[in-house]
Amino acid sequence: MRIRRNQRRRIVDRIMGVLSVLATVVALIPLASILIYVSAKGLSAINWDFFTKLPKPVGEPGGGMANAIVGTMILVGLASAMGIPLGILAGIYLAEFGRGRLAWTVRFICDVMTGIPSIIVGIAVYGTIVVAMKRYSAIAGGVALAIIMLPLVTRTTEEMLKLVPNSLREASLALGAPQWRTVVSVVLRSAAGGIITGVMLAVARIAGETAPLLFTALSSRYWHTGLDQRIASLPVYIYTYATTPYEDLHRLAWGAALVLLALVLVTSMAARVAGRRASGGNRG
Amino acid sequence: MRKKSYKAWLEGDIAFRGFTYLAALSLVGVVLAILWVLVEKSQLTFTKFGPGFALGSRWDPVHGVFGALPLVYGTVVSSLIALAIALPLSLGIAIYLTQLAPHWLRGPVSFLVELLAAIPSVVYGLWGVFVLVPWVRSSVEPVLGSALGFLPLFRGAPYGFGMLAAGIILAIMITPTISAVSREVLLAVPRSQQEAMLALGATRWETIRMVVLPYGRSGILGAAILGLGRALGETMAVTMVIGNRPQISPSLFELAQTIASIIANEFSEAFNDLHLSALVAAGFILFVITLLLHVMARLLVWRVARVPQGVTRE
Amino acid sequence: MNVKLLVEEFSAWYGKNQAVKDVTLPVPLHQVTAIIGPSGCGKSTLIRCLNRLHELLPGTRTKGRVMLDGQDIYSDNMDLAELRHRIGMVFQKPNPFSTMSIFNNVAAGVRVNGLRPGTKMEDIVEKSLRMAALWDEVKDRLHESPYNLSGGQQQRLCIARALAVEPEVLLMDEPCSALDPASTLKVEELIADLKSRYTILMVTHNMQQAARVADYTAFFLNGQMIEYGLTTEIFTNPKDKRTEDYISGRFG
Repeated sequence: MRIRRNQRRRIVDRIMGVLSVLATVVALIPLASILIYVSAKGLSAINWDFFTKLPKPVGEPGGGMANAIVGTMILVGLASAMGIPLGILAGIYLAEFGRGRLAWTVRFICDVMTGIPSIIVGIAVYGTIVVAMKRYSAIAGGVALAIIMLPLVTRTTEEMLKLVPNSLREASLALGAPQWRTVVSVVLRSAAGGIITGVMLAVARIAGETAPLLFTALSSRYWHTGLDQRIASLPVYIYTYATTPYEDLHRLAWGAALVLLALVLVTSMAARVAGRRASGGNRG
Repeated sequence: MRKKSYKAWLEGDIAFRGFTYLAALSLVGVVLAILWVLVEKSQLTFTKFGPGFALGSRWDPVHGVFGALPLVYGTVVSSLIALAIALPLSLGIAIYLTQLAPHWLRGPVSFLVELLAAIPSVVYGLWGVFVLVPWVRSSVEPVLGSALGFLPLFRGAPYGFGMLAAGIILAIMITPTISAVSREVLLAVPRSQQEAMLALGATRWETIRMVVLPYGRSGILGAAILGLGRALGETMAVTMVIGNRPQISPSLFELAQTIASIIANEFSEAFNDLHLSALVAAGFILFVITLLLHVMARLLVWRVARVPQGVTRE
Repeated sequence: MNVKLLVEEFSAWYGKNQAVKDVTLPVPLHQVTAIIGPSGCGKSTLIRCLNRLHELLPGTRTKGRVMLDGQDIYSDNMDLAELRHRIGMVFQKPNPFSTMSIFNNVAAGVRVNGLRPGTKMEDIVEKSLRMAALWDEVKDRLHESPYNLSGGQQQRLCIARALAVEPEVLLMDEPCSALDPASTLKVEELIADLKSRYTILMVTHNMQQAARVADYTAFFLNGQMIEYGLTTEIFTNPKDKRTEDYISGRFG
């Protein structure tokens, strides 16, 4: 009786163990499939033209995505130029000065912002900047991406600064350094590793964003001519090309996906490696 | 002299403090601006259709009739399918990674699972269109249809595109979020609680079932809600595989539409102001739902564990 | 001497650090055996090896044999659940299950191991709580959380929980170190009562406690067993200089 029961318990234990391994394997199958398809199909689409030529009109073979690659760089650069300094400053506020109701509100809002669907951010930027400028523009796209980046950078900065021991601040203040110099040259510097990781993850994240660009930066078949003009980007090209019926464009979409994925994965892996080195390896 | 330098010292600090203060306020400003746009630009729709907008079952831009119910339905159902698939899967992963896997394997495997979160939505969509959808059409739907076809859920022609494909792709996308948060939650279960159960003669699974999971219950619930919130707002991948037809059908094989996907599809080509405002109004509903879910999830998880960086998005 | 549990030439490691060094120790049936020694001497590690909890920590390993009724618990065909059912444990800090009521805490082990035919869960819970001298204090709030209990009550709850599955051996890892003197006294009385039915092995850094409750005492230092014998012998007539130094309070 007891032996039978224990046997059953052992079998259930074994089965649940196998199921948990299975769950992990099942979750990793799509990862493998995506990486394999994107590399295989993407590589066959990529050649010198891909990086140097403009897209051709539908029906004409060949063409490249040079403008979209440059466009993504410009958009990410614009967003970073706005989002990173603002986020770091807000993070400093929360970690160094933030007390009381305002700090609580900002922390809460920052958390809420990470939950806002990115398409909503697109609507908001459309409703303000695009409407005001009366046209789609690189600026609008950059702002939309910056908004998505902002809470990520703020939160990382706050968390990293809070890890800096107080004794370091006190030592610097005791030497007569003003608070802003203490924060900038002592606290910020000693937390730099972690902040850089967080910032790189945020950059990787926005590089692949599509939804907020659909009606802010829109897209363009031509080279970028000015920040107040619409601009091409890799994610939007992938979307539009994948949803057309043309085989040639599908091929280009896979190529663009490979470039984008490589960009995103290399950035976020580098971020993790940098972070592991900086924080002693207990993250991720 | 001394007084002057003290003043300069003080001014530097005040200016610095002011800058950081303004930066912090900018976050509040951004959220207020988003809210303002959503409210202002949806006015037209809400004054015309009233709160009934949310319950209207017809979305017809050509005739200027807008009801958000098919969109809300598509959003909620696709997300629930995703949750139904992703939650057990993620729990399995979290259990494997915290309880069963050899220690040397834990880091690399969780890294791989989190890599899923780094893949851009539009790449999921591309893969969905050319790999997932054909597979759903040729394998999943015929099998489900012949085995469970007596249920209205699994009736109809296998298009591939549709609610089911959207649910599956969302499940893949939210699995890293739910599993990473659940993993943190399970890691927070004290070793002493688990050892006590093992020492009574419980097997590992019995310990997980009776001690580990109950201890992490609220955190796991929070993880699930966080994943649900993300699924609700996910745009590109869903837009590319759901078929984009605003309708309410009991069959999961049918084409459908979500709030996010209809905005992505129609916003830049809206017919007129009413159409545009209806899209914003739908966005407003989405905003409110995800906001509430997000706050709820955070309250549940915060108490138990820290949410790891880089695994939550949208 | 009828030996219930025999530790033979046993060593245990945390990574590169050897915590238990080639220990041989008999644990006689229906007697209380105490292991004393300064903290970090390997005594807790050793008893965590006797129900094979030690190996759950990453980077640990063991060598040697532990014979329970003549069967090596480290042999490959040992069922760990069965082993831990036979060898119960009370931990250093009270660790009642925080998600269960007082009743369910005691019932938990019985639920997994199976209720014997013809017995009722209510009876087992009551009997176990009575044995742990806790019944009168908790009988009216069996369905409350154990966290409303005092530390001493929590520890006796943990003892009741361990007794409920009727183990043959009870391992106690400094069961009183987190308790006040009154609770300590209660637990010590309890141990004395229990030894007629259980074989008890306890770890303590409190020498007076060992002297009060143990029949046999082993003295550990730096992972080695320095001396073992009848408690009266160890305390009145230690053979090793180091034992003598420890007992007379010259270190540790």
